[in-house]
Amino acid sequence: MILSMKWLSDFTDMSDVSIKEYCDKLTLTGSKVEGYETLGEDISGVVVGRILSVTPHSNSDHLVICSVDVGREAPLQIVTGASNVFEGAVVPVATDGSHLPGGIKIKKGKLRGEVSEGMLCSIGELNLTTHDMPGAVEDGILILNHVGLGDTPVGTDIHDALELSDTAVEFEITSNRPDCLSMIGLARESAVSFGKEMKLPKLSFGEDAGDGDDIANYIGVEVANTEKCFRYSAKVVKNVKIAPSPLWLRMRLRAAGVRPINNIVDITNYVMLEYGQPMHAFDYKCLDGKKIVVRSAAEGEEYVTLDNIKHNLNGDMLVIADEKKPVALAGVMGGANSGIADDTVTVVFESAMFHPGSVRRTAKALGMRTESSSRFEKGLDSENTIPALMRACELVRLLGAGDVVDGLIDVYPEKKAPVVLPLEADKINAFLGTAIPQEKMEEILASLGFTVNADGTVTSPTWRIDIESMNDLAEEVIRIYGYNDIESTVDSVFGTGMRTPAQAFDVKVRDMLLGMGIDEVQTFSFISPKFYDKIRMAKDDVRRNSVVITNPLGEDTSVMRTTVVPSMMNVLSANASVKNRDVYLFEAGNVYLPSEVAGQLPDERKKITVGFYKNGAKGADGFYELKGIVDAIIDIAAIADTKYISCSDENAFHPGRCAKVLVNGRELGVLGQIHPLVAEEYNIAEQVYVCELDFATLFEERRLMMDYKPVPKFPAVERDFSFVCEEALEVGTIAEVIKNAGGKLLESVELFDIYRGAQIGENMKSVSFAVMLRDREKTLTVEEADKVAAKILKALEEKLGITLRA
Amino acid sequence: MKEKLRKIAEEAAAAISESGADLEALRIKYLGKKGELTAVLRGMGALSAEERPVIGQMANEIRADIEAKLESRRESAAAEALQKKLESEKIDVTVPAKKVSVGKMHPISLVQRQLEEIFLGMGYEIAEGPEVEYDYYNFQALNIPEDHPARDTQDTFYITDNILLRSQTSPVQARVMEKTQPPIKIISPGRVYRSDAVDATHSPLFHQVEGLVVDKGVTMGDLKGTLESFAKTMFGEETRIRFRPHHFPFTEPSAEIDVSCFACGGEGCRLCKGEGWIEILGGGMVHPQVLRNCGIDPEVYSGFAFGLGVERIVMLKYHIDDMRHLYENDVRFLHQF
Repeated sequence: MILSMKWLSDFTDMSDVSIKEYCDKLTLTGSKVEGYETLGEDISGVVVGRILSVTPHSNSDHLVICSVDVGREAPLQIVTGASNVFEGAVVPVATDGSHLPGGIKIKKGKLRGEVSEGMLCSIGELNLTTHDMPGAVEDGILILNHVGLGDTPVGTDIHDALELSDTAVEFEITSNRPDCLSMIGLARESAVSFGKEMKLPKLSFGEDAGDGDDIANYIGVEVANTEKCFRYSAKVVKNVKIAPSPLWLRMRLRAAGVRPINNIVDITNYVMLEYGQPMHAFDYKCLDGKKIVVRSAAEGEEYVTLDNIKHNLNGDMLVIADEKKPVALAGVMGGANSGIADDTVTVVFESAMFHPGSVRRTAKALGMRTESSSRFEKGLDSENTIPALMRACELVRLLGAGDVVDGLIDVYPEKKAPVVLPLEADKINAFLGTAIPQEKMEEILASLGFTVNADGTVTSPTWRIDIESMNDLAEEVIRIYGYNDIESTVDSVFGTGMRTPAQAFDVKVRDMLLGMGIDEVQTFSFISPKFYDKIRMAKDDVRRNSVVITNPLGEDTSVMRTTVVPSMMNVLSANASVKNRDVYLFEAGNVYLPSEVAGQLPDERKKITVGFYKNGAKGADGFYELKGIVDAIIDIAAIADTKYISCSDENAFHPGRCAKVLVNGRELGVLGQIHPLVAEEYNIAEQVYVCELDFATLFEERRLMMDYKPVPKFPAVERDFSFVCEEALEVGTIAEVIKNAGGKLLESVELFDIYRGAQIGENMKSVSFAVMLRDREKTLTVEEADKVAAKILKALEEKLGITLRA
Repeated sequence: MKEKLRKIAEEAAAAISESGADLEALRIKYLGKKGELTAVLRGMGALSAEERPVIGQMANEIRADIEAKLESRRESAAAEALQKKLESEKIDVTVPAKKVSVGKMHPISLVQRQLEEIFLGMGYEIAEGPEVEYDYYNFQALNIPEDHPARDTQDTFYITDNILLRSQTSPVQARVMEKTQPPIKIISPGRVYRSDAVDATHSPLFHQVEGLVVDKGVTMGDLKGTLESFAKTMFGEETRIRFRPHHFPFTEPSAEIDVSCFACGGEGCRLCKGEGWIEILGGGMVHPQVLRNCGIDPEVYSGFAFGLGVERIVMLKYHIDDMRHLYENDVRFLHQF
């Protein structure tokens, strides 16, 4: 909402307040100022002049020399290329040293040998349009005689001649205060903020024309849908002469950011800006059947708005119709079939109140938010339709735009009861933590238009649709009293100030990964469904079933991810593309798994995803490095039972270098080298390793109580075994057999060597384990150790067919 | 005899002081079984009964003296050898370190963690809730019915007619209030989503931290005091705050809260665009309708709520001019934090 300070002065006097002070104060009382602009500031040294003579330029056939009287001792000689100048023309003259919009400075100079002591200005050079100055041309000098200002005395500053000076203050008005989308609403806030008086002019429909004519001779109004139209008021104006509005009115509209059109349309806009009540003017001759019906649109009914766009309406939309057709989309925009035209002679002014939600839905459905709809959708004051209509009629008379026909149409089925609330100062003070006296509260509320009643209640003004409860009164009081005058206190509400165990564990995992030299990343939770193809996800993989956003910004952010792998690959790819070396990253971020039950929220699961590439890495070392990271993550959860199972059906991964990891028999996640085709898809030339682990599983399986075990008192016996076996036999299987055969004397089994070579044979490997045996009660004897060793070897031979390497 | 002994003593002393590390040879030469001193003592049988104890004592003293000198020389030789070894091991400490990498926390997490720590320290607990949320919790419970104009300011991503991506973390507050009777003292950090195209200052996904305190007798003064001490901890002891009236559907009264510019201290600079103040927070007293919607009686209880955007703080704090850096995750960017 843009406020004209000149316009504001009609209602309250701010002449002793600096603009900076004004903006700061209004911001602190709740009308936030976004900024202000001093209009005409960029123009100086431009005065009104009269052309005394126009003579040809001897060295040019397109330039002329003008002698211009600007009220100085001698006329100025000005060379111009404009062709519309003539003797007697009154024009804006930018004199030597003057400034024009756009930082242009005008200096005395010579044009083809002739002195030019300034410049004659066009409307564009003064930052005006033909709407602001009807009658002016765009490609020539602004001839004031043609815009009704031929009588302006020479020497008059152009600001005064064209009423250019004003200050436009831009407010951000919150959605609860549609009453402030008006000069009067802001004037009230201004007056209260500075403790000044607010002057509201007395309005009336004026004297009867007395010609016996009546609105009933012209039109009847039927409100068929009273749920969406709360009030419909109308007046008729006859003998209309469509013409430009006077300069003062045009310049006020311009300051408020509205384009002047013609006197009737300008009046409706002027009243909307001043009173906050959107109005519409119909050309009476376009209404069929002397009748206005406010009704729901028919399903599929066609309608062309003023801007010549055809719309298909639906039954939820409210239209203003005549006997045959819709003539306006209620509260949104008038129709091309009934708008004001140059030949309009009779006008119907509409001033109505429509259902906010209905207007909002209609405007949104048709994608046409207007000054009118954005006011209606917030909720307006039904009591405001008549004052607005009175003001419009007053302006018709003031502008001589036509004759107001006697009589008023006012369909108002149900008057809204005013809101009455108890004013309990103690309660408000207890709520705010203040000690504001009851009288002060009453004074503030009264200045805002509330009625303070004798029974200790207050009645809310009809324009304050936002007032419902004690909290609202408290806000009214404190915003004027001063938010910043509330004394700061501290609540005594008890809270533990602790993270939950899961939150604390999350911190622990992240901190550990950071400590291991892995950087944390944050990526978008939504991805493109195409990313599933990029990671070679099987067509029938359940993870392709994502939560889909119905109104995404674009395909790349259109579904909620069911895996973090594509996000991780994107980030690694971006880093590889800028040649960052040895990049190790992790993200603790969610995946979103759709519920099988319609209407239920998806399962949001946090995943610990680690991804890295190491430049120049070869072989499978990267896998074991990644496995070490996974082991460490499992280790801080103190989980003893961990199992890695080779996995070849995760298509994103290398089929021979991928594993599922299980903790206490539950699947924790997957780890492995990214499939070379996937890495290629992401333009990464290096081996890429990624794991994706389920945080909740890790958390749920963590060992809570670390049972203390005495440090062993008796020595251990170590036995080393080496076997030759087939390449395909997993060392995990061998270790498992050793573990089971070793019984309770077996303390640990550790692989310490894998050897492959010619003497071992093709597709064979030699594996060596160190087995620690210990009796916790006594020193283990050699005989006992030998017995266990024999048992282990027997088991290996029986179960796996492997024997000690010779 | 005495002469002989004295001579041995002198010779030994000289030999020891001149010797290098090999003291064992000298010990054998003088004190060994076939050593010079031993030889002298062997000849003692030829001495008179009076002379024998005198010479014996003298010989013992000389032996002790040589032993002491040998020991002392052994120690100093060891010290010299060590000194020499250490000198030979001297290194160039300016040679670059062997790399031990430390991972860096993402700046959003860094600031979010800091915010959490501040409020945990003030007794708050951390509440979490779903990011894919029901319209009811995101809007209706928070006093934003359908067709409410406030819905326009939060362009929302929808999944179905009544399921959406939460546009704020406030639905967590509604869920907590619905489940718990006061006292309630929580913050709800997390991801939120709004349909804003990516540019230097917008992202369709960002992070918020919101706070909620509900109990008997909670006042707006408490809100002010809370945010004041938060601002001082977060931005420095000299920080001041300023409340500006505003409108949020779920609080009444509502305020936008500025902190004095932490770059210029309030004098006006580029960071605060000459204002001296930087808008950081929104907040207010929980709307009675919101309390009622969640089963809490507004006649008995009152509460305050506040919220802030994590990315905004990150950008202000580290002078990041383009939000896109935060989601590009270039390690050259991440390593700076």
